Amino acid sequence: MSQQAGWRSLPKAGVAFRLSTDYKTGDWRALKPVIDYNKCTKCMLCWLFCPDMAIVWDGENVVVNYDYCKGCGICANECPVKAISMVPEF
Amino acid sequence: MVVKTLPEFPVKKGEPAYKLWLFEPGQKVEMPLVFNLRQLAETRRPALLPGHRLCAGCAAPIVVKLASFAFRGPTIVVTATGCLEVSTTIFPYTSWAVPWIHNAFENAAATASGIVAAVEAMKKTGRLPYEHVDVVVFAGDGGTFDIGFQALSGAAERGHDFLYILYDNEAYMNTGIQRSGGTPKYAWTTTSPVGSVLPGKMENKKPIAEIMVAHRIPYVATATPAHWMDFMKKVRKGIEVKGPAFIHALSSCDRGWRHDTALTLEVTRRAVDTCYFPLWEWTPETGYLLTDRSLAIARNPKLKQPIEKYLELQGRFRHLLKPENKHLVKELQELVDAAWEELLRKASNAPR
Ligand SMILES: Cc1ncc(C[n+]2csc(CCOP(=O)(O)OP(=O)(O)O)c2C)c(N)n1
Ligand code: SF4
Ligand code: SF4
Ligand code: SF4
Ligand SMILES: [Mg+2]
Repeated sequence: MSQQAGWRSLPKAGVAFRLSTDYKTGDWRALKPVIDYNKCTKCMLCWLFCPDMAIVWDGENVVVNYDYCKGCGICANECPVKAISMVPEF
Repeated sequence: MVVKTLPEFPVKKGEPAYKLWLFEPGQKVEMPLVFNLRQLAETRRPALLPGHRLCAGCAAPIVVKLASFAFRGPTIVVTATGCLEVSTTIFPYTSWAVPWIHNAFENAAATASGIVAAVEAMKKTGRLPYEHVDVVVFAGDGGTFDIGFQALSGAAERGHDFLYILYDNEAYMNTGIQRSGGTPKYAWTTTSPVGSVLPGKMENKKPIAEIMVAHRIPYVATATPAHWMDFMKKVRKGIEVKGPAFIHALSSCDRGWRHDTALTLEVTRRAVDTCYFPLWEWTPETGYLLTDRSLAIARNPKLKQPIEKYLELQGRFRHLLKPENKHLVKELQELVDAAWEELLRKASNAPR
């Protein structure tokens, strides 16, 4: 019988094995979205459209997860009541 | 090599903020289409995780996110080479919460065909622990109009049962904004430069969705992420239909289209408002049907905006707004109007 190693012992080349949630993209941000909860109607559009899954519905409010938010401003632009303002980080 | 646990984000009600899609073998899966966003937010998680490295404001992840809200259960995603594939799978990381495969630039549709054949073989021999496993492709315009076209056309002709979503950012963005068969006429790209000799790309955009209609597959549609309900409905139809389905989703690229990152959805909305990119669906039974905003425009032509409204937001068309290029804008307007009139004639739900 051949003593060659089977495919199971091959290194997992090309197989991504860590989740990108370990990679924080929040430091890309130059402008920071800040939600005014007095204005927010909880319409959820910012949650729906955020390209970085950085707006989270916590069961009561939409909350920005600054670990990932890249500061694109889509949420602020799409908010129908203009409850989100983009504030410079620096 | 252990996958780290997902970050906790305090969620008072509903599912954790970030989740992998896991389905127990034999589990009965019920994932109806939900348009109530609070209900959606409490029960579903997108197939894409944060931490991906697509540019701030890129529409591609929004296309994926919205599409995945319309998946009906266990789903395998195939991506062609391009920004979406590269930036969501930078080794050793992956942003995919569902099974995902990338093979090469030109063969996403062939790869999907093979997976569908494998799923069907497993089903036949009783080795598939699920009622259905859907296969969804996401590919860019380069990977669809150009290099991936023969794989796509072949898969459509053979009739494999998968949904192909083209996220069309109208150039080869990942390699630095080169023109493709999907780049529109007079758009600036790095290989269709603007100067005293040329006003950008000189050729027309291929009518890719109509080319797929000509294949007589069971479902073809156009969509944008800004018209999210329309898009989600179309994705679900494309998955449920037996055989190949194709959705052409306009997906803005702020780097290549040269617009503010915040305007990503505004741009695609204006593409529809100006009838530059009408929303429709086609099946062999119904023929062309206008949907969403494009149906509204057909019913009330006053809603139709001039093409400048679309061009003015984007740096890649900036040269067209100079007085000496008025005739080029006029030509584009005539092209848009002619295509829109033709669509109105073809669509059975357009008012007559
Ligand atoms: C066979 C082959 N040729 C060229 C490339 C280089 N390449 C990688 S991504 C890319 C552009 C992809 O363009 P598109 O499909 O429009 O996707 P986008 O990046 O615009 O989202 C090119 C040319 C490749 N990976 N494989
Ligand atoms: S600025 Fe962009 S990335 Fe940040 S929360 Fe808003 S939409 Fe998401
Ligand atoms: S879009 Fe505006 S109003 Fe709607 S949930 Fe977000 S912040 Fe609130
Ligand atoms: S270059 Fe364009 S398509 Fe690519 S990630 Fe950036 S915005 Fe998205
Ligand atoms: Mg492209």
